[in-house]
Amino acid sequence: MPPETEAVAEQVFVALADPTRRAILAALASGGPATATDLAGRLPITRQAIAKHLALLAGAGLVRAEPGERRRVRYRLRSAPMQVAQQFLAALARDWDGTLGALQDHLDRSAGGPTVATLHETRGHDD
Amino acid sequence: MAFPDRIERTVQIAHPPATVWAALTTAEGLGAWFGNEAAIDLRPGGSAWMRWAEEGYTAQMRVERVEAPAVFAFTWHIYGLPEDDPRRTYVEFTLEPAGAGTRLTVTESGFAQLPGDAYRKAYDGNSEGWAKELGELAGYLDAA
Repeated sequence: MPPETEAVAEQVFVALADPTRRAILAALASGGPATATDLAGRLPITRQAIAKHLALLAGAGLVRAEPGERRRVRYRLRSAPMQVAQQFLAALARDWDGTLGALQDHLDRSAGGPTVATLHETRGHDD
Repeated sequence: MAFPDRIERTVQIAHPPATVWAALTTAEGLGAWFGNEAAIDLRPGGSAWMRWAEEGYTAQMRVERVEAPAVFAFTWHIYGLPEDDPRRTYVEFTLEPAGAGTRLTVTESGFAQLPGDAYRKAYDGNSEGWAKELGELAGYLDAA
């Protein structure tokens, strides 16, 4: 695993582990780009704390600062790091045990007759 | 500790390889135990899909290896990534006779593959990471 890619995923998971940053990222994901003032109106967090967290998130590459109205900085969620994190989650979420169990159940159910017959035939030949 | 790039499982199945092969490589089989509905053009480069009715999800696959009744492989999209993302994982089933049954191994690899170059450039400049910034935040919150 290339260290830089892993570092990107780690930043996403570190960000999501904190309830305040999670709330900020969730607000940007659901409502689109917003200023610190916008977010302070929607979240039970002081504007000052939100601004600080946004600066950190921007520094980590998880949000992008862009010019907004009246020279206020707007923050936009960046999807690229989230997609790297998603790759790892996809590996953890892949349920091959359940899938292979379903295959075995399917074969036992549908091949119950034919398979037994096949086995008998084989034995017949051996005899 | 890195995230897994590769998943591997081996199971013993009480049915001969030919039966398992049919379940893995036919639309009837795939649509019965894997998805709810499936289609497959069984040749290297052939396309296939499986649909899950409840989730409303359709997986598009590309058949990569067809060596009956021993090796069947395909690539597919990484679940959760946008439809146009080029990254895919590689899934390979190997079937070995084991007594009257089959020893079936499935490997899926490519979860940790690198994003494309253009994509990767997007990360440049973000190398400082959290350690320093979290230290700053802790200091800031302590002072507040």
